[in-house]
Amino acid sequence: MPIEVYRIDDRLVHGQVVVGWGQPLGLGFLVLVDDVVAESAWEQDLYRMGVPPEMTVHFESVAGALAHLDAYRRLPDRGLVLTGNTATMRALVEGDPAIRHVNVGGLHHRAGRTPRLRYVFVAPDEEADLRAMAARGVGLSAQDVPGAEPVPLDELLSRSGG
Amino acid sequence: MMSSEPRAIVAAHGDLADGLVSAVSRVAGAAAAARLQPFSNASLGGAELVDAMRDAVNSTAAQVVFTDLPAGSCTIAARRIARETPGLAVVCGVNLPLLLSFVMAPVGEPVAWHPAVDKARSAICIAEEGARAN
Repeated sequence: MPIEVYRIDDRLVHGQVVVGWGQPLGLGFLVLVDDVVAESAWEQDLYRMGVPPEMTVHFESVAGALAHLDAYRRLPDRGLVLTGNTATMRALVEGDPAIRHVNVGGLHHRAGRTPRLRYVFVAPDEEADLRAMAARGVGLSAQDVPGAEPVPLDELLSRSGG
Repeated sequence: MMSSEPRAIVAAHGDLADGLVSAVSRVAGAAAAARLQPFSNASLGGAELVDAMRDAVNSTAAQVVFTDLPAGSCTIAARRIARETPGLAVVCGVNLPLLLSFVMAPVGEPVAWHPAVDKARSAICIAEEGARAN
């Protein structure tokens, strides 16, 4: 079954992912791609605790994810791939041409970031990552929860104000 | 000056924490509610959320962080802070009965979390008339 969503969210596993997307899409698993989390049993326990029993969470480094994404796509359940930043998702996109759409789900306020939406603030290097993914033909849109209207990348980056 | 009464952070999505603390004030009084510091995760990324919550815990000398959603970012942040803060409890699934148990508990005694949580859980029930309708 295809992976339903490739999401960038600096909160990683949280309510919008597990409940907001997880329940309406009937997600059976998450793949959290983060090189630090992939090396830390404590970090993995922390995020595993936030996942309901009917959902499985897999932890992958970028290299591990690129090696295993095809296998995840063959699982019978629906899945969501999650990264905490644009650079990690860009690495996945550059290594896996099967990724055709990326959901910008949450990049929150931080020094150096420009507000674009209430839940999306973008720094120059992050904008470069997003544009590089788009240049490969990947569709990108900002959307925090399924019921919200997706905001295409060009419109997102032309907006100012949170 | 900091009171010797135990204090807590109520961390939740949106305006829920403000609402819960406001409700405690209505039921138990302003002095009781003053022991609760509402905290919202709105507009905060993962790292910023931890920093802001740590500031709240330290500034209030809180002994517990109540959070709304076990899968939520507030809970993840609170568990990170609890790891570095000996004695800090994290209690998920906060509701009004739980907060009332906390602020009404005898001062000077350690809070018995499991009975308090059981009591709060038992407050979630189906009203008999509603059950009959189904």
